Amino acid sequence: MELATSVVAQAQPGEGLEVYVTRGTENEVRAYDGAIESLTSADSSGVGIRVLLEGESGEGSRLGFSWAGSLHPTVVQAALSDARDNARYATPDPDVVLAVPDGTAAVEQDLWDDGVVTTPMDEKIALALELERATRGADSRVRQVSSADYSDARVEVALASTTGIRSSTRRTTAFVSVDAIAGEGADSQTGTGFSVGRAPGQLNPEEAMADAVLRSTRLLGAQKARSGRCTVVFDPRVVSTLLSVVASALSGEAVVKGRSFFAGRVGESVAGTTLTLVDDPTDGRAFSAASYDGEGLACRRNILISDGILRMFVYDTVSARRAQTRSTGSAVRGGFAGTPSAGCRALVLSPGPKSAEEILAEVGEGLYVQSVTGIHSGVNPVSGDFSVGAEGLLIRGGTLAEPVREVTVASTLQRMLQSVVAIGGDLRWLPGVAAGQTLAIADMQLSGD
Amino acid sequence: MAEVFAEDSMTASAMLDDRRVEELSSGRSRGAGIRVVAGETTGFAHTSDLSEAGLLAAAAAAASVARDGGAGVRAVAMSFGPTTGHGRGAKTLPSSVPKSAKLDLLVRADEAARATGGSIRQVQVGCGDSRRRILIANSDGLLAEDDQVRTRFNVMCVANGDTGMQTGYESLARTEGYEIFDRFKVEDIARTAANRALAKLSARPAPSGEVPIVLAGGSGGILFHEACGHGLEADHIVKDASVYAGQMGKLVASPLVTLVDDGTVLGEWGNFAVDDEGNAPARNVLIENGVLTDYMWDWLRARKEGRASSGNGRRQSYQHLPMVRMTNTYLLAGTENAAEIVAQTSSGVYVSKLGGGQVNTTTGDFVFGTTEAYLIEDGHLTEPLRDANLIGNGPEVLRRIDAVADDFDMTPGTCGKDGQSVPVGCGQATLRITGVTLGGTA
Repeated sequence: MELATSVVAQAQPGEGLEVYVTRGTENEVRAYDGAIESLTSADSSGVGIRVLLEGESGEGSRLGFSWAGSLHPTVVQAALSDARDNARYATPDPDVVLAVPDGTAAVEQDLWDDGVVTTPMDEKIALALELERATRGADSRVRQVSSADYSDARVEVALASTTGIRSSTRRTTAFVSVDAIAGEGADSQTGTGFSVGRAPGQLNPEEAMADAVLRSTRLLGAQKARSGRCTVVFDPRVVSTLLSVVASALSGEAVVKGRSFFAGRVGESVAGTTLTLVDDPTDGRAFSAASYDGEGLACRRNILISDGILRMFVYDTVSARRAQTRSTGSAVRGGFAGTPSAGCRALVLSPGPKSAEEILAEVGEGLYVQSVTGIHSGVNPVSGDFSVGAEGLLIRGGTLAEPVREVTVASTLQRMLQSVVAIGGDLRWLPGVAAGQTLAIADMQLSGD
Repeated sequence: MAEVFAEDSMTASAMLDDRRVEELSSGRSRGAGIRVVAGETTGFAHTSDLSEAGLLAAAAAAASVARDGGAGVRAVAMSFGPTTGHGRGAKTLPSSVPKSAKLDLLVRADEAARATGGSIRQVQVGCGDSRRRILIANSDGLLAEDDQVRTRFNVMCVANGDTGMQTGYESLARTEGYEIFDRFKVEDIARTAANRALAKLSARPAPSGEVPIVLAGGSGGILFHEACGHGLEADHIVKDASVYAGQMGKLVASPLVTLVDDGTVLGEWGNFAVDDEGNAPARNVLIENGVLTDYMWDWLRARKEGRASSGNGRRQSYQHLPMVRMTNTYLLAGTENAAEIVAQTSSGVYVSKLGGGQVNTTTGDFVFGTTEAYLIEDGHLTEPLRDANLIGNGPEVLRRIDAVADDFDMTPGTCGKDGQSVPVGCGQATLRITGVTLGGTA
């Protein structure tokens, strides 16, 4: 924070400054075949500086940005002068301003667990080695474990601006993951399992192992399925991914720039009446929980869709001004080298009353999807077109049946939201911007044979 | 083996969005990654502190895991090898181009895109450049450096019509300086992106199920990148996590397929003078007339096999460990005529532009997305189709290639693997696959 405020103090008349400083430490262990394949440890730090040149009255202001992967004083000074120079070339714009404290108090959260710091490296290494060993031994059909990883990070962020923003946060994360390959004859199938927490002690390697083994072994013998329309039941992890795509269409920035299929639809029915979607970084159970957004405003609970009706979008300061509204505390930024933009941080779909088993029983016939591919090549958050590769199992007689691979499921995001037939009660907090639970969507096109 | 990888990179970018230059951005990153390999274990640490004390601290952290290595100091003789590249021949360094000149390019493209059709409602134009200087030294006496200059330009358009919004995207990216804009006109890039969005306004849903596919020359080449490129990376092979493991010398594709990975193609997006382990790139033939002839190798995996690296050791930055990566991966051109291939296809789908893709190397199943496609009916292109993914199995799809034309072209892309992104090139001529599953809704 001292560094951030000392740079802010250099602001010249007619100039606004915002300084974002991060410092972090990361460790990563990869185990393979009973040994340590690689061990990485590193400290990293960086600064991102935004300069706002105030224009003549009515003309609007101009923003420039520069970043550097170092906190060395001469490097930071160079970044400041680069950002100043960059600002000179921006288009003057009355909507371009730096965030100003808006009186909303932050929900202070404890996202730091000393366990990441105090756990000896040997114990972290042992976690990865044991995960690899246990996965290899868990099922005779597991013929390979291509990697078993432990990683953790601790990061501190300070943000200060000439408009009075002062926020400082710190968080720790710990993660284990394992990739299993199951084989039977010439057939091989893969499955990934993971567990996340804020310290090594919160991790559940047994669950990661069991998930990787189940997912790889149950796909053995998978075939293409026949093309046709069917109800698709998505696994919680896939639902988290789907919500992250829906999130980009809920960004106020996409909306004001005409790049969202939700534009102009606030107050209208956009989803089944049972669907309520909330972005709530103030819920400490969310892996991506945060007290402050990427501009230093308090994060808040935003109800985006309730009972199927689109209620609002998420905004950062600039997109809010363009939409003639206020920031929803939803600025996100990709570290010190990124600038803030409007985005969701911790989406949660309100859980329904049924378990995954009950949903399968109710659906009766259809496809259960445990993983998808091609989210970035086959889903267009502007048009809503949706087409992804899928692996999973057929649903027959209300239970999981034969495994399926090399098929796609397709629809449009608009239609999928309207066709939600069941939302599971099995909410899981997952890494990324959304939690997940079992979700059934009717009338999707399955493409296979 | 101990290795120091030092990197100094500068990037700059500008974006014109909704007719406004919202922000010019620039950044600087400098640091070193230190790798110590003892037996089967790699220790790695990186630092932005390039003082002797900072480097020694990183070295100690990297070496801490190498417990079975002999301690001590060993002097290593070093000299620059013959493969050393000094600069990539960039004629106009991006840093020498005034920012106002870069913005002029953006404005020209924006105007050209909007002039393409009244239905174009949103245009986002970006340009960016980077200069990356690297130096690699290792305890085998290798010493090499490179100076890589890259320049890119991209246009994204949104068109609004009765049936909603559609997008069109086009990019230019070369391992060169701003002289690329003497040969390539930004207006052409903009019009291509705009026309792509406009064509889709009248698009019908793509078919569902297995159909013959004709891929246009230079439509992306992502087919080979996903269908076999990743599966031929030796790190997947040595872990038996690729459908191509154990297939050396066997027929894995149609005899029409000769696939090359080649980091030496000057100016292409995946070009460099030395890879991120200090080795020279090479023209590596991976599949020759359908027969698997080699995999791609970095230093670590090549060492296990007692062979040399093929110049495919790459990393995103000094903060990352190197691994096996593609460079410019392309299918050699055939002899047929592209128009005739379409004319000889009674029904199917013509893909003029592909988006990204993804592969599971173990099963060989892969997807790749269309961003501009048309129905083929009686040998003619008819209606435009909405975006969809195609799904196939690598070896099966490669065997189904029954025609390759002579209209070869390359396209740039960004390849992601294990959390690291590197620039790559993809190339191919017009070709036909007798059947691939298209994931449409119709």
